[in-house]
Order: sequence, then structure tokens, then C-alpha cells
Amino acid sequence: MSGTSSSAATRISSFVLLVIFITLALSLTALILAINALRTPDQETVAGYFLLIGFLGAALSTYVLLQTRKRMKRLSIKTPSITTIIECKKCGFRNVREFQRGDYIFKEVELCQKCNQNMLITAIYKEVKEKMKRTRF
Amino acid sequence: MKELVAMLLLQGNRIAQFPGGETFSWILNLLFYVIFIVFMFYGQRIQMYVMLREVEGSLYKLKYIKDEGRKTAIETIKEIGKPQTDPASRVDRFLEYFTIGPQSLDPAGIVWKLEHILDVRDVRFKDEVKAMSPAADNTQTNNLENTLEAAMALNYIYKVIRHFYLLGKKTLSLYVIMQLQMILPLIMREAEAYASALKAFAYGQPIGDGVGALVAAKLMHGQPTRKIAKDCVAATVPMEGRTVHVVKAEGPGGNVGKTGDGVKTLIEENEGKIATVIMVDAALKLEGEEVGSVSEGVGAAIGGPGVDQFKIEESILKYRIPINAVIIKEDIGDAVSPMRKEIFDAVDNVIERIRQVILEKTKEGDKIIIAGVGNTIGIGQ
Repeated sequence: MSGTSSSAATRISSFVLLVIFITLALSLTALILAINALRTPDQETVAGYFLLIGFLGAALSTYVLLQTRKRMKRLSIKTPSITTIIECKKCGFRNVREFQRGDYIFKEVELCQKCNQNMLITAIYKEVKEKMKRTRF
Repeated sequence: MKELVAMLLLQGNRIAQFPGGETFSWILNLLFYVIFIVFMFYGQRIQMYVMLREVEGSLYKLKYIKDEGRKTAIETIKEIGKPQTDPASRVDRFLEYFTIGPQSLDPAGIVWKLEHILDVRDVRFKDEVKAMSPAADNTQTNNLENTLEAAMALNYIYKVIRHFYLLGKKTLSLYVIMQLQMILPLIMREAEAYASALKAFAYGQPIGDGVGALVAAKLMHGQPTRKIAKDCVAATVPMEGRTVHVVKAEGPGGNVGKTGDGVKTLIEENEGKIATVIMVDAALKLEGEEVGSVSEGVGAAIGGPGVDQFKIEESILKYRIPINAVIIKEDIGDAVSPMRKEIFDAVDNVIERIRQVILEKTKEGDKIIIAGVGNTIGIGQ
């Protein structure tokens, strides 16, 4: 019952991915060139520019990649897990299981394992763990 | 101030002293002026494009949710209804259905006109669903109808937002785009609520809105029920030495029933000799309030287009019957998505409140009506 669904809208465009990875590769090349330039005398200025370009490119492509992943995450409908509680009115035996299609509150279901009486669905609900946000009000 | 200027000059000199620094500072200066000029002339336009991009992102999500809604509806129809042909084209036609409200220039009698139009709509929807899913029983037909209605709502939200987005882009009107961008978080919340409602309706799970019906079901469980109005059942329950008539929509299929007609019939059957009417319903909470908190008040606690509220108010006014209300608070997302544990746990609290109202406001031997309002999907009786 629980899970996420996906469609064409959740896929990252291959063109965007290509651009991101090319930028990342070029940035890494710039960083390597910067290290080489640092080792060569009188090339400090060039090394500085390469470092700047390399770091900026790497940061930018990583940011875009993370943002695209975040968008993908947002584009999914979460199906919560639903609990069904079945009780025996005679002996009080309780059975907790995942919701099944056709379940409804006050439906008589399988026989009780203890007293062989019909059991009743007494509750169907989902549990939500809310993030505690501290507010002054 | 002098120290600050000196520090800035020193920083400038340091850049200039950096190898190639003079060129660098020139580039920085130029960049600063270019940005300044661009923002001076095109600032508003840039802001507009940023807003349009934000709306575009939400529109992508809305499109995804809408497509998922259509997919879920088609899959559920295929699974439950076992149609002979592919229901996709019929579902697409259904998603475009509209209802025109009655003319209100002369408001006298508008409630009856509205009721008639809603009845026609309901019959039309049910016929359409039955034609799409011949193998579905009544409960499943009601659930499928609810699923399709949720998909329809998502389709409508997407189309309206797309309309204003394209209109804003076409006219480049800042005010159209700005209004859209400002209202979007609330619309997205509603769309997400409908998205979670889709699965609940498709599987027949109880939703938060059904808490009123659940209270009534708990009160009437084990007692013989009778049909009192369209999609509405009633049972007579003894409570604290009083006779309590409990009304709710007929479950477990997804419907809200004609609670207004149910209450009216019970009042007429008892010739107006009702000590009090107690209505139980889910209500929208304000931010900061707890989900599942219970409040008491007076008045007809019933939502919808207003027909049922009107009928109940007319009936109680005719016999001067006091009306009390108990509400369970939840937000829009909780109301249409599977019932949360907090809301389910509030039911016993509500029954205790009802008991208190009965003890305080009525005498032994009195007759009372309790109406559990809400969509009874996944709740029997």
C-alpha cells in the first residue's frame, strides 16, 4: 500500500543531465590545470583564474543537479500506510494489519482465533509523524 | 566612517597589487555598472520572469498530479468495473463535465433550483460511472464516483492555473502573474489534498471528513437502521433515558447523503417534539490549532452547497427546536485524505461531549436527533 508513483514528469531531461556533466567535467579539468599552473613558476595568476573557474563550475553544476533531484522528489505522490484494526467483541482479541481493499469500519471479517466468533473491523486510520516545529504561539 | 573608507581603499589597492589585478578591478567595476543599469531598466521584467518560473514549477507539479489522478481513475475503473472497452475516452469526457449554478438575480426559491441541479448532476454522474464500470456494486460505484470527482477537481485546478500562467506570459502583466504567484501555495495545498484523496477514494478508505459519520456509526452500531432519505439512514438509540434518533449517510460507499432531508423527516415524524438537534461534523482548523481537537457551539454544522443547512434551519425554525453542534478540527489535507489517528481518537471524546450536552440540555424521556455529517466512505453502520 505504501510507496510512490512516477511518470514522465518525474524523469530528468537527458539534455539537462548532459549539460550538467559536461560542466562538471570542464570544471574538474580547470581545477587540474590550476594545480599544474601552481607548480609552474610565474603562473600564479593563471592558476588563480583556473581555480576560480573550476570551483564556480563545480559548485554550479552540483547545485543544479541537487535542485533537479529535489524537484523530482517533490513530484511524487506519497501513499501513506493505512492500518486496519480488527477486534473480537466477545474475547477482546485484537489483530492489527495493513489495509486491504474492501475493508470498512464495522465490517464483519474472519473468525476469531481464540473463540471462533466473527471479528469486526473497529478502526482504519493512518499515522502521521509530524515534524515538530517550535513556535512561540 | 573614515576607518571604513580607508579599509575599502586598502582592499582596492590590494586587488590592484594582485598580478593582473588592475584588469580584474576594471572588470568588476564594469560588471557593477552593467548590473546596475540592467536592474534599473529591466528589474521588474526580471522579477516577473522569476515569478513566472516559480509558477511554471508548480504547474509542472499540478500537471503531474492531474495525470496521476486520471491514471488512478482509469486503473480503478478497469480493476473494479471490468468494462468491455477502454474507459480512457469516457473518463476524459467525464473530467470535462461542468455544472451551471442557478440564476441568482431573483434569489427567492434559489435553494430548490440548486437542489434540483445538484440532483440532476448526481444522477448523471452515477449513470456515467455505471456505464463505465458495469461490474461495480453500489458501494464501488459511489467510491468510483468520488475518485472521478477528485480527478475532475485536479483537472480543473490545473486548467485554471495554466490559463492564468499563459495569460500572464502573453500579456506580460505583472499583476496577473503576481496574484497567481501569491495564491499558488494555497492552491498547491488543495491540489495535494485532492491527490491524497484519490487513492483513499479508489481503495474505499475512511477520510477525515467522515469523522461525523463515524461518530453516528458508533452510536447506532448494533441497532436496526432504516432508510430515511436518499443515501441516508437512521437508527433509534436509547441514551441516558432519552430516545436518540441518529442520522448518517449510508455507508460504506462514498457519499454524504441528504442529511438535511433526513433531519427534516425525523422532525416531521415526531411532529416537532424534539428537545434538541445535535450536529457532528469535521471543520477546518486554523493554523496553530491541533488536529482532532473538539469544540462545541450552536448552529447547523454542515458544509456543502448549503441546501441541507437551509433545510435543517427551516425545520428547526418551524418548531423552535434548539440546535447544538460539535466539531472536530482538521485541515483541508486531513479532510480529504485517509483518516488520521488523531481524528479517529477524537471520536470517543466527541461521544462524551454529546453525552454532556444531552444531560445538560434535555430531560429524561425527551427525543433528540444526532446528525453525523460527512462523507461516509469506508464507514459502515
